[in-house]
Amino acid sequence: MTRRLPTNFVIGGVLVALVVGTAALSLVWTPHNSTQMAISNKFAAPSSTYWLGTDQLGRDVVSQLMAGARNSMSVALIAVLMGGSIGVALGLMASAIGGWVEDGVMRLADLGFAFPALLFAIMLAAVFGPSLGNAVLAIAFINIPVFARVTRGAANQIWTLDYVSAARAAGMNRFAISRDHILPNIGAVIIVQATIEFAVAILAEAALSYLGLGAQPPAASWGRLLSEAQTLMYLAPQLAIYPGLCIVVAVLGFGLLGDGLRDMSEPRLRRER
Amino acid sequence: MGYFIFRRTVGFILTLLAVSVVVFAVMNVLPGDPALTILGMDATEDALAALREQLGLNEPLLTRYVNWVWNALQGDFGISHSFRVPVADLIVERLLMTVSLAVAGMVVTLILALGLGIGAAAQHRKFGDWGVMFLSQLGIAVPAFWLSMLLVLLFAVNLRWLPPGGFAGWSDPMAAIRSLILPTIALAVVQSAVLARVTRSAALEVMRQDFVRTARASGLSRRRVLWRHVLPNAMVPIVTIVGMQFASLVTGTIVIENVFYLPGLGRLIFQSISNRDLPTVQALVMLFAAIVVTANFVVDLLYVVIDPRLKARA
Amino acid sequence: MIELDDFSVGFGAGTALRGATLTIRKGDRLGIVGESGSGKTMLALCLMGMAPDSAQLSGRLSIDGRDMAGASEAQWQVLRARRIAMIFQEPMAALNPLRRVGDTVMEPMRVHEGLSRGAAHKRALALFEEVGIPEPVDRMRQFPHELSGGQRQRVLIALALACDPVMLIADEPTTALDANVALRITELLVRLARERGMALVFITHDLAAVARTTQDIVVMYGGDMVERGATADVLAAPMHPYTRGLLAARPDPTVPARNADGTRRRLPSLPGSVPPLNALPQGCRFAGRCPVELAHCATRRPATRLVADNRQAACHLLEEQAR
Ligand SMILES: Nc1ncnc2c1ncn2[C@@H]1O[C@H](COP(=O)(O)OP(=O)(O)OP(=O)(O)O)[C@@H](O)[C@H]1O
Ligand SMILES: [Mg+2]
Repeated sequence: MTRRLPTNFVIGGVLVALVVGTAALSLVWTPHNSTQMAISNKFAAPSSTYWLGTDQLGRDVVSQLMAGARNSMSVALIAVLMGGSIGVALGLMASAIGGWVEDGVMRLADLGFAFPALLFAIMLAAVFGPSLGNAVLAIAFINIPVFARVTRGAANQIWTLDYVSAARAAGMNRFAISRDHILPNIGAVIIVQATIEFAVAILAEAALSYLGLGAQPPAASWGRLLSEAQTLMYLAPQLAIYPGLCIVVAVLGFGLLGDGLRDMSEPRLRRER
Repeated sequence: MGYFIFRRTVGFILTLLAVSVVVFAVMNVLPGDPALTILGMDATEDALAALREQLGLNEPLLTRYVNWVWNALQGDFGISHSFRVPVADLIVERLLMTVSLAVAGMVVTLILALGLGIGAAAQHRKFGDWGVMFLSQLGIAVPAFWLSMLLVLLFAVNLRWLPPGGFAGWSDPMAAIRSLILPTIALAVVQSAVLARVTRSAALEVMRQDFVRTARASGLSRRRVLWRHVLPNAMVPIVTIVGMQFASLVTGTIVIENVFYLPGLGRLIFQSISNRDLPTVQALVMLFAAIVVTANFVVDLLYVVIDPRLKARA
Repeated sequence: MIELDDFSVGFGAGTALRGATLTIRKGDRLGIVGESGSGKTMLALCLMGMAPDSAQLSGRLSIDGRDMAGASEAQWQVLRARRIAMIFQEPMAALNPLRRVGDTVMEPMRVHEGLSRGAAHKRALALFEEVGIPEPVDRMRQFPHELSGGQRQRVLIALALACDPVMLIADEPTTALDANVALRITELLVRLARERGMALVFITHDLAAVARTTQDIVVMYGGDMVERGATADVLAAPMHPYTRGLLAARPDPTVPARNADGTRRRLPSLPGSVPPLNALPQGCRFAGRCPVELAHCATRRPATRLVADNRQAACHLLEEQAR
């Protein structure tokens, strides 16, 4: 029987492909240089040269949005990879060792939940000055407890299975079991979580850059483009629309994709969510 | 019961202490020399020495931490470097603004989310259900600050019904409320998207249970069954999410204040970042994190109030 | 009071109730028996206007002379609790766990009759006494999880009686209970029906209980009413092969209704079980399991025949004999 792919997976996949494709394309090509200014050409209307027109400094909007996609994707990728790998490692360790180590890791994770990314970014900005790097660090940091919890929960289930007991009886050490048996078996759970956290990271980066704690001018970031557009709301309201739409498409895409992946990996839970 | 509350209270206090250690460490150890951070590279050695003396930086770290916590417990958060008044005074002046926004946002969130979530569950698999699910999926993806901008664009720039931002104080209550309408909506819409989904699935879970059938067999209207029987039983997961949402409520409030130029704690924290006002930032971050931790503690206690079965076990 | 004529309930998968015909008058005590899946609960839910949304209903249903076949939810709400009340299979799950049982019992009184808290409390107290709950004042303040199974079932009976209904449907009220408690609940229901002049529809697997409690009996199988008549007559001289099978498979009354581990003992069963809706034969539903099957049983539906005074059965064998 061929099973139909879940709708959310399909829609999410298409949106993600669109965003990731755009980001990849911007590495090699954008219609114009996204940072090149031409004051004489400011607020140009959409045309065949400037598909969505230009901004207050005469920069091409499409090129900026494409560069913004690249920025969003790289920030999300780095932050989720960093936070995710630390979190997964902690979760695996907690699960493998158990006892007070497990308790300790989980209490630390609880502590992490007290700090939303914004608070962490605020502290870093106050100490080191605002920068995109600090924003990435802050987003990576909040990912650690999320992944630690998910990993430990999933790993604990695998540890109870027969073949893991067999491996233990065969004298394999806990580290090797975690690497060879546990990790491959919880991969699906981690990938689902990573996809969802990708969406969260995109939102967080946009908010931090909007507030001036992330990407600094002239770097293009959807959030930063919006903060510039806000001062021009009476002059050029259209500039406040496009970057927001991009954020929604990207976040929606990764969110739906994550939900869809989860539905596919846990068909039991599919019915009533 | 008593033991349960005792254990949770101890856990709560320990978490608060741990949070304070993290905040203190990030703000005092990471920068190396806070005085240098505050005054900048080109400060004179005399000025630096004076500031170190004033901030007590010459004491050992542990002493500084204990002093900070001890003073904070008595409502003394030190002196703001940029405003040159006690940080506590700054906070008190702006607290009302922030609390009003957060409370209004929370109330509207609860009304929206419970209404939509229960409504969707009642309409399960029909048009209303799909509508709510679609809107909430969208709501989760929309950044609060962009929604704010769209609201301003529509209601302030185009229709001119409401002010685009700013706050003239409480002396004219009507104007104050008008300034708070858009921020409240922006805060609530995004929050309620998540909560409406949780409410819906929790309600669907409860509706499968036998006692709902009993209630209907007693001739109660669907509406009464939903609100008086289903909703209370769905409250445990709902309250859990509300507790977890306090983190995003705090974040949302800070962001929204900056979008609408509302003079609250969220604005203050950003002014303090620009001014390199470390004591103020430190106090505010600690305050916000404490609110998040406290909210989760209160949720733990609420479970027992909601569900009499837990009371027996706890 | 209730008249059901050629009433059917269909689902996508098949027919859960096929041409049910039934009349219940004031003061009747009617037993409905049949194996799991024979449609007893479905029938009861239809009488309450609570068939699942996905069900397609057809046929005539009238209550108090009013046609209720296409009635709205609002029309049903008027009847529920005040004319017809129902108690369900599982007393464990049938009470709102977050409410004191007294409040649960008082709710319909306050909603339907606008009683004040004080008046409702007084009536609930009287009901708790009537259904035999000791120390009713304290019990009313307790939550369901603080009561035993038998007490919960009594609370549910009190709830059903809250607005003085003229008919009570009890859907396997005792299957989840110990034999001893079950016996007393059954006695209570009969006593209440007698004292209040209330009609009682008693749904059960337990033929002994039916014999003790009811005057009339309907035997159901696979959504059909296969045999009916005075309880004593039907049990003494069953005419339908299915009824005979049920009686033969009757459990030893000395064996408790529950297994040692507390799970519900499978009902007294003849070999096999009721097939799911989509696998039921189109003719006689019992075809395939029937010991005396004729060639056309599986394809042709037997008519319901009046076989004796007040005795009906639907079986091709009886038609053959009559011919
Ligand atoms: N919502 C529904 N959708 C589809 N089929 C249903 C539905 N509810 C019940 N049925 C089917 O209707 C048939 C009759 O079920 P019913 O619950 O009335 O049996 P019962 O005689 O009460 O059995 P039991 O003794 O186990 O309570 C069963 O085959 C059941 O699978
Ligand atoms: Mg049943």
